[in-house]
Amino acid sequence: MAHRLEGIAGLSAFVAAHEGKSLLRFLTCGSVDDGKSTLIGRLLYDTKRLFEDQLVRLKSDSAKYGTNGSGIDFALLVDGLQAEREQGITIDVAYRYFATDRRRFIVADTPGHEQYTRNMATGASTADLAVLLVDARHGILRQTRRHAYIVSLLGIRHVVLAVNKIDLVGFDQDRFQSIVRDFNEFAAAFRFESVTAIPMSARDGDNVIARSPRMPWYAGPALLDHLEEIAIDGNGEGAAFRFPVQWVNRPDLTFRGYAGTVAGGSVKAGDEVVVARTGETARIARIVTMDGDLPAAETGQSVTLTLDREIDASRGDVLALPARRPEVSDQVAAHLIWMGQEELLPGRSYLLKAGSRTVGAAVTELKHRIEIETFATLAAKTLALNDIGFCNLSLSEPIAFDPYDENRATGSFILIDRFTNATVAAGMIRFGLRRASNIHWQALDVNKEARAASLGQRPAILWFTGLSGAGKSTIANLVEKKLHLMGRHTYLLDGDNVRHGLNRDLGFTDADRVENIRRVAETAKLFVDAGLIVLVSFISPFRSEREMARGIVREGEFFEVFVEAPLAVAEERDPKGLYKKARAGEIKNFTGISSPYEEPLNPDVRLDTTSASAEILAERVIEHLVRAGKIPR
Amino acid sequence: MSSEPLPHLRRLESEAIFIMREVVATFERPVMLYSIGKDSSVMLHLARKAFHPAPPPFPFLHIDTTWKFREMIRFRDDAARRYRLDLRVHTNRDGLARGINPFDHGPLYTQVMKTEALKQALAAGRYDAAFGGARRDEEKSRAKERVFSFRSASQAWDPKNQRPELWSLYNTRVRPGESIRVFPLSNWTELDIWQYILAEDIPIVPLYFAAERPVVERGGQLIMVDDERMRLLPGEVPQKRRIRFRTLGCYPLTAAVESDAATLPEIVAEMFAARTSEREGRLIDHDEAGAMEMKKREGYF
Ligand SMILES: Nc1nc2c(ncn2[C@@H]2O[C@H](COP(=O)(O)OP(=O)(O)O)[C@@H](O)[C@H]2O)c(=O)[nH]1
Repeated sequence: MAHRLEGIAGLSAFVAAHEGKSLLRFLTCGSVDDGKSTLIGRLLYDTKRLFEDQLVRLKSDSAKYGTNGSGIDFALLVDGLQAEREQGITIDVAYRYFATDRRRFIVADTPGHEQYTRNMATGASTADLAVLLVDARHGILRQTRRHAYIVSLLGIRHVVLAVNKIDLVGFDQDRFQSIVRDFNEFAAAFRFESVTAIPMSARDGDNVIARSPRMPWYAGPALLDHLEEIAIDGNGEGAAFRFPVQWVNRPDLTFRGYAGTVAGGSVKAGDEVVVARTGETARIARIVTMDGDLPAAETGQSVTLTLDREIDASRGDVLALPARRPEVSDQVAAHLIWMGQEELLPGRSYLLKAGSRTVGAAVTELKHRIEIETFATLAAKTLALNDIGFCNLSLSEPIAFDPYDENRATGSFILIDRFTNATVAAGMIRFGLRRASNIHWQALDVNKEARAASLGQRPAILWFTGLSGAGKSTIANLVEKKLHLMGRHTYLLDGDNVRHGLNRDLGFTDADRVENIRRVAETAKLFVDAGLIVLVSFISPFRSEREMARGIVREGEFFEVFVEAPLAVAEERDPKGLYKKARAGEIKNFTGISSPYEEPLNPDVRLDTTSASAEILAERVIEHLVRAGKIPR
Repeated sequence: MSSEPLPHLRRLESEAIFIMREVVATFERPVMLYSIGKDSSVMLHLARKAFHPAPPPFPFLHIDTTWKFREMIRFRDDAARRYRLDLRVHTNRDGLARGINPFDHGPLYTQVMKTEALKQALAAGRYDAAFGGARRDEEKSRAKERVFSFRSASQAWDPKNQRPELWSLYNTRVRPGESIRVFPLSNWTELDIWQYILAEDIPIVPLYFAAERPVVERGGQLIMVDDERMRLLPGEVPQKRRIRFRTLGCYPLTAAVESDAATLPEIVAEMFAARTSEREGRLIDHDEAGAMEMKKREGYF
C-alpha cells in the first residue's frame, strides 16, 4: 500500500528494512464460491502488487468471464491455467506473492474441489497459518470441518476464520458470533495455538486491508493487520539441532564439507555433533559459506560444515547434538495422505524419501482410515486417492527422524511409486515402533562374498516373467540344467511349487499377488546371500513388484527375463487347461483374462517364444550371463 | 541463540541453494540455463554460493539466437572467464540457415530460435535436469508451476501430470529420456531479485541502467537500434533517449523504458513506484491470454 511506504527516510534504510522483513507463508482454503479467489485478488490489488498492464487485462477479462456484473472480478486475477479458466474452476495449488513494508507473504491458494485433500495438504505443508473461509450465509459446512482437520494434521498452529460475504447477511453480528461458536465447538479438539475470527466482505474489501466502518461492533483486527502482526515461531526456539547431510563437497583432497540446510535448532563452531545412524562423533571445525565462515548456523540456513576428523557420513545422514539425538528406526507409525491414482497396496514396496534419505518402505499394517467429515476411524484394507490413514511402515534400512509434531522437516516423508516414479503419498511420522537406536547391525564374519567365493561363482537372480503358458518354467528348467552342467550352483523357485508351500496361505487378489512376490523376492535374496544363481519363474504381473525385487539385491545381480508370447498364443497352448477355466469364469483374477499383465518395458533379456525353440532361447539366457560376467565362457 | 526468523531474502537464498544442491546430489547431468539477464545473474551467484569452495559442478548453457544485445554477449563472456564457467553456447543452425529472423517471422522466430534451439541443446547434451530462472510471480500460468517441473521424453509439459510438492521433499526421480526443469527462484518476486542484487552487489548487464541509447518508437514501444541489422520502417530515424531495460532478450523484441535510474538503489526505488509489470517489455507475451501456457506445453521455458 502506498501509505505504508511513506515516511521512509533514506532509500538505503528502506532497502535494509526490506531485507530484514520476515516472511509469512499462509494457506487459504474454502469451499467453491466462498470467495477465496476474490479475497486473494483483493489482497494483491490493495497491496499494489498489480501493475497497470495487468489491470487493463483484468478489466477486459472481467467483462469477458467475470461473475461480478460490470465490476472488477478479482477472482480472475488468480485463476491461472487456461483449462481451468474455461471450466471456471481452480484445480491445483497456486502460489501468490505480495508484500507490505512489514512482511513478505507467500500465499498457497488451494481450491475446494475433489482433489482438495491432496492440494490442501500440499499447500499446508509449507504454511505457518491457514485462512479458512466460510460463507456467512451457509455457516460451518462439512467442508469447513475437513479443512480444519487437514490444517491440524499438517501441523499448522494458527488459524484465521474468515466469515466472508458478511454484506449478504446485513453485517449481522449475531450471525457472525453463532458461526464462531460453531467453529470453536468442533475445533477445540485440534488445540490450535490461535484462532482469529474476522467478519469480512472480500468483494467490497471490508476488514481485508483496513477495519470496516460498516461493522462498528467488530473490535478485532483487519485480516492484513493480523497477518502482519502474528508472531510465528520462525525457527522453533529450543528445538533440537538437526542437519540432514544433503551433499558432500569434495573439491580436492584438502576439503571435505557436509552441505545441507539446518532443519532444526542451531549449532556453533566447536560443538560436538553425532551422526545419528552410527553414533560416530566429531567436532564442527568450520561453518563455511562463500561470504566467509560463520560462528553459528540456525534453522533454515544453508551452509557447509567441516569436521575436525574424518567420519563416515554421506547424503542421507543426520547430524545432531549428542545430548538430543533423533530417533533411529526401521519401523514407524505414521499418518498417510494418499495421492496416487492407484490405490495403496499394503505389502508393496515403495520408495520413501525423508529429508535427504531415500529407502524402501512397505505398509505392514493399515490400522485405520479416517473419515474426515466425522473424524471417525474406520477399518480399511487400502487407501484411495485423497484418503487419509494411519499405518505402520517397515523400512529397508533405519532412518533418523523426529515425530512430526516436534519437527515438520525431520518428521515428514513422501512415498514414491517405484515404477511410475509418481509421488503417491505424503506421510507424517507420529512415533517410532522399535528403537533400533541401540541395536547395531551385526557385521557377520562369513558374508556373501565369502560364500560366493567358496562356491567359485558370482550370485545372481534370473527373474522369468510372462503369461501363464508363455514357457517360463520350460525355459527356466533348461537354463538350470545347462548351468548345472557347467558346474554352477543354482536354485529354481517356481510359482506353482512355492504356492504349495511357503505361500499356500495366499490367493490371487492384487494384494495377495504383491505379497506372493515379496516373499519370493526375499527368499531369492537369501539364496543370493548364500552365493547361488537363483532362477525365479513367476508370472509376476506387476512392474512395481519386479522393480522391488530388482531393488533388494545389489545392482548388476538382477536380470529380468521376459518370456514373451501373445495372449492368443499362450491361450492356444494352455498346457494346464487354465485359460479355458478362466474364460468359463471358473478362475477369478486370472492374468491376461481378468487381471492385468504389465509387460516389462526394458527387460534385460527378451525371449520371443514364437520365433525360436526353448532350447535356443535358454542358450540365449546363458549367453547373457556370460556377457554380464556372471559365469565364465 | 536468536529466535528471530531469517529475514525473507536470506530465506529465499537458502531455499534456492537447497534446491540446487538437491539437483546436483540426485541427477547425473544437470545444466544451468544462462540467459544473461538479471535472474540468470542471481542464479549464477546462488550457484557459486551453493557449492563453495567448489565451482558450480555443472555447465552453463546459453541459447544464442544471434539477436541478443551486443552488451549481453560481452557480459556473458566476461562472466564465464571471471568465474571459470563451463559455458556452452547453442544456436539453431538450421533456423539460421533458413533465415528465420525476428522481423519477418514473429512467433515462428521464437518457436525456432528459442524453443526448438533449447530442445536441441538439451537433447544433445543428454541433460536430465535443467535450471531455469523463471519465477511464479511473472505470469498467471506460472503460479502453479512446480519447483521441479517434470518433462516427458519429448520435453513436453503437461499441467495435469505434475507431481505434488510437499515440504521441501522434492521427488527427483526420472526415467531415462525424461527430464526435469528446476526453478530455484520460484518464490522470488521481481522486487526480491533487485533487492538481492543490491544487497549482494551482483554484476548485471549495463543495459539495466539508464543511459542515452539510440531507439525508435514503434507501436508505443521503445526499441533500441543495437546494430545495423535493425530494419527501420519508412520515416523512422533512431534518436537518443535516456532509457533502460527491465528485462533482456533479443533486441528487436525487447522494449525499453524511459528512465533516469542509473544506479541499483535508483532502480529499486523506481520498482516501488512502477506501474507496469516487467513482462510489458517482453513482446513475446503480447498475444492472447493463455499464450504462455501454450508455449510451455510446447517446451518453451
Ligand atoms: N456479496 C459478496 N460476494 C462475494 C464476496 N466474496 C466473493 N463474492 C462473490 O462470490 C463468487 C465466488 O467467489 P470466488 O472468489 O470465485 O470463490 P472461490 O471459488 O472461493 O475462489 C463471486 O461471484 C464473487 O464475486 C463477498 O464478500 N460478498
